[in-house]
Amino acid sequence: MIETRGLRKSFVSRQGREKKTVEAVRGVDLTVAEGEIFGFLGPNGAGKTTTLRMLATLIVPDDGSATIAGADLRADPGEVRRRIGYVAQGGSTWDDSTAREELVLQARLYGASKSDALARAARVLEGFQLTEYADRKCKTYSGGQRRRVDIALGIIHEPKVVFLDEPTTGLDPQSRAHMWDEIRRLRAEGMTVFITTHYLDEADALCDRISIMDNGEIVASGTPAELKREISGDVVRVGLPVDAVPAAVQALTSYKTETYEDNVRLYVEDGAVAIPQILRALDAAGVPLGTVELHRPSLDDVFLTKTGRSLRES
Amino acid sequence: MKLLRDTSLIFNRQMQLLLRNPVWILVGVFQPVMYLLLFAPLLKPALQVPTNAEAYEIFVPGLLVLLAIFGGLFQGFGLIAELRAGVIERSRVTPVSRLALLLGRSLRDVVSLIAQAVIITLLALVFDLRVFVPNLLLAYLMLALISLMTSALSYGVALVVKSEDALAPLMNTVAQPVLLLSGILLPLTYAPGWLQGVADWNPFSWAVNGTRALFRGDLGAPDVWQGLLIMAVLAVVAVGWAAREFARSVR
Repeated sequence: MIETRGLRKSFVSRQGREKKTVEAVRGVDLTVAEGEIFGFLGPNGAGKTTTLRMLATLIVPDDGSATIAGADLRADPGEVRRRIGYVAQGGSTWDDSTAREELVLQARLYGASKSDALARAARVLEGFQLTEYADRKCKTYSGGQRRRVDIALGIIHEPKVVFLDEPTTGLDPQSRAHMWDEIRRLRAEGMTVFITTHYLDEADALCDRISIMDNGEIVASGTPAELKREISGDVVRVGLPVDAVPAAVQALTSYKTETYEDNVRLYVEDGAVAIPQILRALDAAGVPLGTVELHRPSLDDVFLTKTGRSLRES
Repeated sequence: MKLLRDTSLIFNRQMQLLLRNPVWILVGVFQPVMYLLLFAPLLKPALQVPTNAEAYEIFVPGLLVLLAIFGGLFQGFGLIAELRAGVIERSRVTPVSRLALLLGRSLRDVVSLIAQAVIITLLALVFDLRVFVPNLLLAYLMLALISLMTSALSYGVALVVKSEDALAPLMNTVAQPVLLLSGILLPLTYAPGWLQGVADWNPFSWAVNGTRALFRGDLGAPDVWQGLLIMAVLAVVAVGWAAREFARSVR
């Protein structure tokens, strides 16, 4: 459904007199299958939004190619526009318009007749449980309601692919769960959904497949389960006083470790067996201990092993 | 035709929003009415014309052109608010014509300007202003072209600078010399030679002369077609440029 090869984009930013070229996206290859929820996971500034905006025809790539829903991005952006929907991160509704007015206009901009546009608006309002508020001005909506209107606007013309940029950022936990259901519903209706997120749990729970992006490049792709399986075994997290960390690393050289400010993570075959050994080693070295936790590898651990940084900290 | 359909869609939405808040039309009229009431009475003695009617014949057209220039130049602020709300980006991912995104908005500005101009003309009738209807309609055409040009220009600049903080001083800097060099408040016939020479390079000065000729009833004056032609050409250039800015990536 989406196929990209070597997509690149750099921006020139000016700091005083100096011009600096920032390579926002440095050659992205990805394949998204029909009918899946595909997630772009990465920290802020990784190039997720820039990639999405290129695919949505809003910015022109410097290099590379892409085919979206059968249309060539560079040769025929007009056809791509007809086949996709795009929902920006910052919202897209006007304070003094009502949801229904916005939806009708949007449908008509895609070429629908007036009666067809009205019918479509009524249908998506119903689908997103917005009928009750449909004729109130957008400025009266809650954050979650307004985000649902944004997404309704993005799919009013029944696109084959819809791009959602950080669809749950800024929502409270309940609205977030609601939004996940809405996104799954879009998939159930046959749409291919492409989302960006910097939430690990969102990528894990919602997405069929993900690509992890860092610094303008894709560092790993696969299903969340596959990616986690790449890191075999368990993760033991040992919490320590800050000044004891170097001594702990010294004592644990026989393990595969990642060091943080106030904790060390060890990647081991079997956590239950390893914990007593770890404790004994630390004790023998006289390292004062804080806490010990055992968990299955998360996407954060995947991110960590690929980039050397934790997503939570970047 | 797609362009026509898209333009009317955008225009209708913009008009709907404007009419939801019609107070803006009246706010726009307030300042010119103050000029009409508080400044115009000075003109009969100052211009040394025998009647009030003649003074208004000179002043009202200038005032209307002033309104068209300023009303248009400050429309960009509304667009920056739309940019910030994400409305423009939402339009740009649809197949809508980019020219329609501009024209729909600029035509709303033209309509609201003409509404203001009608109110002011009616008020001026009270002060003995008399003008032939065909001439008046041509004068309104001139105003429409001015407003189309200045609002398109303002939208284009707004898309480039993307911030109110930059737009306000920029538009003021443009508007002030344009205003002083166009003979809007007092005709430039009283100006020293060098000043008239400079003013000849100001296209709005031609527009003001043309509009005055129409109010005077001098339809055959070359000022009329010259003013209309200059404004039409500049309006086309401004619309073409601003539509390209709508098509370019916005962020």
